[in-house]
Amino acid sequence: MAKTKKKIKVIRIDMDKCSGCRACEAICSAFHASPKYSSNNPARARIRLVRDPFEEIFLPVYAGEYTAAECMGRDKYVVEGKEYGECDFCRASCPSRDAFKEPDSGLPLKCDMCEDDPPQEEPLCVKWCLLDALTYEEREEEVEEEVKLDDLETGLESLVDNYGLQKVIDTVARITQKG
Amino acid sequence: MRYAETGYNLEIDLSRGSIERVETDPRLTELHLGGLGTNAKILWDRVPPEVEPFSPDNLLIFGVGLLTGTPAPSANRTIISTISPQTLLMAFSVMGGFWAPELKHAGYDRVIIRGKSASLVYLWINNDKVEIRDASHLQGKGAQETAELIRQELNEPRAQVAAIGLAGENRVYFASIEHDKSSASRLGIGAVMGDKKLKAIAVRGTKDINIARPAEFLELCNEVLEYTRWRQENPIKGVPAIIARLGAAQEMDEVDEAWHTANFAWGNARYRRKDFWTEEIAQKWEHTQKKAVRRLIACYNCPVRCGGVVSHPGLSVKRYMMKCFTKLTYTIAAMTNELEFDFRIAGYAQEYGIDGYTAPQVMAFAVELYEAGILTDQDLPGFPSSNEERFFYLLDKIVRREGIGDILANGVYWAARQIGRGAEAYDRNTIKKHEQIPIKLGTLNPIYFLWWSTGEKINITQIEGQMPQAPFATREEREEFVKDWIQVPNERFKEYILNWEPGSFPYYPPIPAVCEMVDWPETMHYIDDCTGVCAGVSSFVMKPPYHIHNFPRIISAATGLDIDEDELWKITRRNRNLLRANNVRRGLRRKDERPPEDHWKKRFPEYEAKLLEAYYEYRGWNKEGIPTKETLNQLGLDYVSEDFERRGIYNHG
Repeated sequence: MAKTKKKIKVIRIDMDKCSGCRACEAICSAFHASPKYSSNNPARARIRLVRDPFEEIFLPVYAGEYTAAECMGRDKYVVEGKEYGECDFCRASCPSRDAFKEPDSGLPLKCDMCEDDPPQEEPLCVKWCLLDALTYEEREEEVEEEVKLDDLETGLESLVDNYGLQKVIDTVARITQKG
Repeated sequence: MRYAETGYNLEIDLSRGSIERVETDPRLTELHLGGLGTNAKILWDRVPPEVEPFSPDNLLIFGVGLLTGTPAPSANRTIISTISPQTLLMAFSVMGGFWAPELKHAGYDRVIIRGKSASLVYLWINNDKVEIRDASHLQGKGAQETAELIRQELNEPRAQVAAIGLAGENRVYFASIEHDKSSASRLGIGAVMGDKKLKAIAVRGTKDINIARPAEFLELCNEVLEYTRWRQENPIKGVPAIIARLGAAQEMDEVDEAWHTANFAWGNARYRRKDFWTEEIAQKWEHTQKKAVRRLIACYNCPVRCGGVVSHPGLSVKRYMMKCFTKLTYTIAAMTNELEFDFRIAGYAQEYGIDGYTAPQVMAFAVELYEAGILTDQDLPGFPSSNEERFFYLLDKIVRREGIGDILANGVYWAARQIGRGAEAYDRNTIKKHEQIPIKLGTLNPIYFLWWSTGEKINITQIEGQMPQAPFATREEREEFVKDWIQVPNERFKEYILNWEPGSFPYYPPIPAVCEMVDWPETMHYIDDCTGVCAGVSSFVMKPPYHIHNFPRIISAATGLDIDEDELWKITRRNRNLLRANNVRRGLRRKDERPPEDHWKKRFPEYEAKLLEAYYEYRGWNKEGIPTKETLNQLGLDYVSEDFERRGIYNHG
């Protein structure tokens, strides 16, 4: 396969600086509304703050890849005496939990680093984090070319996983006829 | 579609166990904005003066600010209103945290509680699904403990909970409603919640909040954030560090307490300790604070950090959250040199759910009565010898209403009268039956005099702000201060500050200037309390990112209403007068508008009368402080003036 240059986008998360305000959730959901900023709703955000002040836990997690099946088991981290919840560090939109799913449809959400046309200078969660708990870095890497699923494909894939391919095809056909 | 707000209230009748979702009239938003303003309108319409605070007909309203839950930074306030058992007037207390945005995402602008449950219950609002649930197993539980237990039993870690502790259940007149890092503490609203046998309200919401003009709105939000960043990097020069940056007084972050410890009266508002703050104390307190405050934390969508996660040995809980001046209230009232004491007792007090301003003063009052021989060992069996231990003893008695605690739980004003035997003379720091911040200074400050006398919040921290607390020493400093002062409503304010010389009280600023200087910050507080923007980035602080010039644009872009500066002033006047009207109807008159005798060493009775009259006139109120018919009618409050006439309020004063 051919080699290509890939821009690697990194959000650096400094948990010690996080104040637990969830501005990242607010602005993320507003940006992804349609039209942009016309509504907001942290339940739709592609970042989620795991916050438990009594345990001193302030952990921003970004939505990653959709997965059809949950892991065989769960993990639970203890860091400096603080016990994090099951799967807290995991980015997956997964059947085991409601995180990183659209509240109405259950369709998976995934952080796109605010890919846009024109692109943002930095993801908006970073811009809105005045405490610099979130900062942004970019670098280039040489990688092998790959075919990337777009949002629609990811969504369809999860529908197929949920309902079966035939049912999705039938439904699309029915909608097309109605239209 | 409704913008910024949801257009729905939740009406709960705890006597009947009924739950209704009621669509609201959009015209109410145009007239009152939301939050405090709309709460005042609902109380006016539905709670006549004959209704006692502990009547089932009293309402307890959890209002959400108009901008709360939108991306507008720091718009996260819940505004809780009811009739206070302590003052018998309208109470409103405000809390931050995460509860109000969650309620709006659940699809409601406010929860209106009426009636009284037969047994202890809590309310669970999960979007469209609302349940009244049994809370008998939560009886006597701490406020934060309750929140945690509810989240566990609902299996909903993201539910936001507002709860009362033992003090609220026992109807202590200064019981608070606690939520996360915040609390609505003032004027006994927790007691009303306890009287209704409502232990908590848990909320989870996953719906959208809509914005009318998104692009414009976001640009305004970005401007607020950019100014905030700049302002945090450029603290105001020549003022104490705790108020130099944005936020509530930065007492979780800053250690230097020279200003508070020197200017606030210690004990039962008895005397100042001007020499208290020494190098030795500074070092000791810094050590204590750095050890106790584990992390600085913020409310929903706020770039400022006013709260602290506190951990301290000897607590009943592992950690708790603290903010602002609570760090010192118990220390100062107990006249101890140990900051450690405050970090310890405040943790217990938060679980019991009592007001960190009033409670320490009530305890100090009891200690002073004991020292004066008015309260004896019979009243206080086994009373310890150290003030610190005495405060723990009293805390326990008060929240349980045990023995003398049953009287002290009514606050200083009522307790002094119930105890008698000369105890009234020790009620030296209440206005309108409510404990005030214990500032006892030298010469009458005309601005503070009016704020203290006439504020409907009955608590100066909720109407003061915007300006330096004292004049800068030199002209150069004043010029430096006013040069980028974009927040002023007009250029006159810059002149007032430029000409403000130290030692010029009480006759400077001139009376017309005093009226304006009292009005402007109070107006800004009313806008905050209606929009749900935190006073810590707005009305309370100097040079805030929110001000009279950008608020109208932010509100208009969010809601789609076209509100300009003049209109915003007018709405605020309407709300201000409606609050006043609620209280006038409950008997508030000029005689009540007076700071305690020893508030300043030097008093000027004739000048004070002149100040009060001039301010009444400026506001369009008569000599008794009652809004005139003309004032009310100009604001579209004809129904208020008609009610006043029907009740003969204008005739008898």
